[in-house]
Amino acid sequence: MIELRKMRPILLGAALMLSSFLTFAGGNHETEEFNVTETIMHHIKDAHEWHIAEINGKHITFYLPIILVDNGVKIFSSEVFYHGEEKTYTDHEGNTISYIAGTGKGEGYAMFHEKIYKLDENGELAFEHDHPTNAKPWDFSMTRNVIATLLGALVVLLLVIPTANFFRKNGAVAPKGMAKFVEPLILHVRDDIAKANIDEHKYKKYVPFLLTLFFFIWVNNMIGLIPVMGSNLTGSISLTFVLAVLALLATLFSANKNYWKHIFATPGVPIPLLIIMVPIEIIGIFTKPFSLMVRLFANITAGHIIIIALVSIIFINKNMGWAGLSVPMALFISVLELLVAYLQAYLFTMLTALYIGGAVEEAHH
Amino acid sequence: MDLITPNVGLVFWTGLVFVILLVLLTKFAWKPILGMINKREQDIAEALELAKKTRAEMAALQSQNEALLKEAKAERDAIVKDAREVATKMVEEAKSKAKAEADKMIEDARTAIQTEKNAAMADVKSQIADLAVEIAEKIVRTAISDDSKQQELAAKLAGELNLN
Repeated sequence: MIELRKMRPILLGAALMLSSFLTFAGGNHETEEFNVTETIMHHIKDAHEWHIAEINGKHITFYLPIILVDNGVKIFSSEVFYHGEEKTYTDHEGNTISYIAGTGKGEGYAMFHEKIYKLDENGELAFEHDHPTNAKPWDFSMTRNVIATLLGALVVLLLVIPTANFFRKNGAVAPKGMAKFVEPLILHVRDDIAKANIDEHKYKKYVPFLLTLFFFIWVNNMIGLIPVMGSNLTGSISLTFVLAVLALLATLFSANKNYWKHIFATPGVPIPLLIIMVPIEIIGIFTKPFSLMVRLFANITAGHIIIIALVSIIFINKNMGWAGLSVPMALFISVLELLVAYLQAYLFTMLTALYIGGAVEEAHH
Repeated sequence: MDLITPNVGLVFWTGLVFVILLVLLTKFAWKPILGMINKREQDIAEALELAKKTRAEMAALQSQNEALLKEAKAERDAIVKDAREVATKMVEEAKSKAKAEADKMIEDARTAIQTEKNAAMADVKSQIADLAVEIAEKIVRTAISDDSKQQELAAKLAGELNLN
């Protein structure tokens, strides 16, 4: 019974995901051919709208603010694109490409595959090899992933601030309530990640950064698994890029003499060999955070792709009978993704700690 | 391609949010929480140390008590033993004293008897001497005729007299 009760949120999640999907894909089915690649790409990429679901042909969509920096800051709703003027371009091979030009405040801009371009003097986009050649304004829009970031940060705050308040109010006692849930995670990061990888006397300085990193990634991984949310923040290269850069900066700013010595004059290596070694070591500084960036992005994106692809089996075959195959497999992957959500957060944090640990390590020969 | 190209706007916003979150949490959450957890761990370590110390003290106290008890028992045993010895000695002494007294009394009695006996004997002797003198007188009176015979007789009579 207890096991079943524990499973309930997962089952509920899977059911929600399927229900939202059914309506979404069902709407598509009536009008056009179901395109798996498009559905998947639409999900894993960022968007200027937040499409929650479609019920009986009615879309539940939040149009997010567009912020453009182009001779001043321009702020308007993305509705001007999603409900804008549809234009077409016919290239020299005779293929027709359609895009949407903005109306109202969005006048003079067009959106093509969620990217915003400036229209040329004819009020059109020019294409070359299916890509617009027009200039792009700086796009600082509050996209779906930005909203997801804020939401993720809010959830982290909601988890951690009550814990801090609990300790502030009750002093150094055994945790209760929310603190009971959060404290083991904090201890996990402090003991198994920070203390295990960074010198015993230096690890304390890095614990807040590692804690924030772990909670932010884990919470956003989990939010990405909530079906109706439909966000893929930690599977966005932009976010993993930011986190990897911060990990790199943390490593470089804490690096001591010993670290640089190992890069530019590795002890015990003959000088002729250094000519080869030094460039490799310098590249190595950057490949470490690069691997962090790609690992998190690829793992989370892959998980999302697999789940959508498995559910899409039903819609490709246009037969509910396929649900018997697709649902158990999608459920299995969803449960696996719960593990991956934690695992990737742990790995990112642990490897960051490892790199910092390597940078602050003292020479011991 | 744009799937794997960081987007400037998204990089800006996510970076901003993350850094703000990092600063806020460090100041208002991680530091107080970690501080309290550290303090609690220290408290626990101290409490354990104290418990260990107290336990050691208790053990020391117990062994001390045991030693005291043992000592007291030994002392009691010694006292009892001494008392017993003294009592035995006293009894022995009393016995030997009584015996000596008795011996002395017997000795005294014996001496007294001897004295009495000697006195009685002397009395008897003197009476016998008187009797002998009386007998001799009678004999002398009867057989005074012959001097030799008288003497012979006297000697014979004297010889026969046995002084017990």
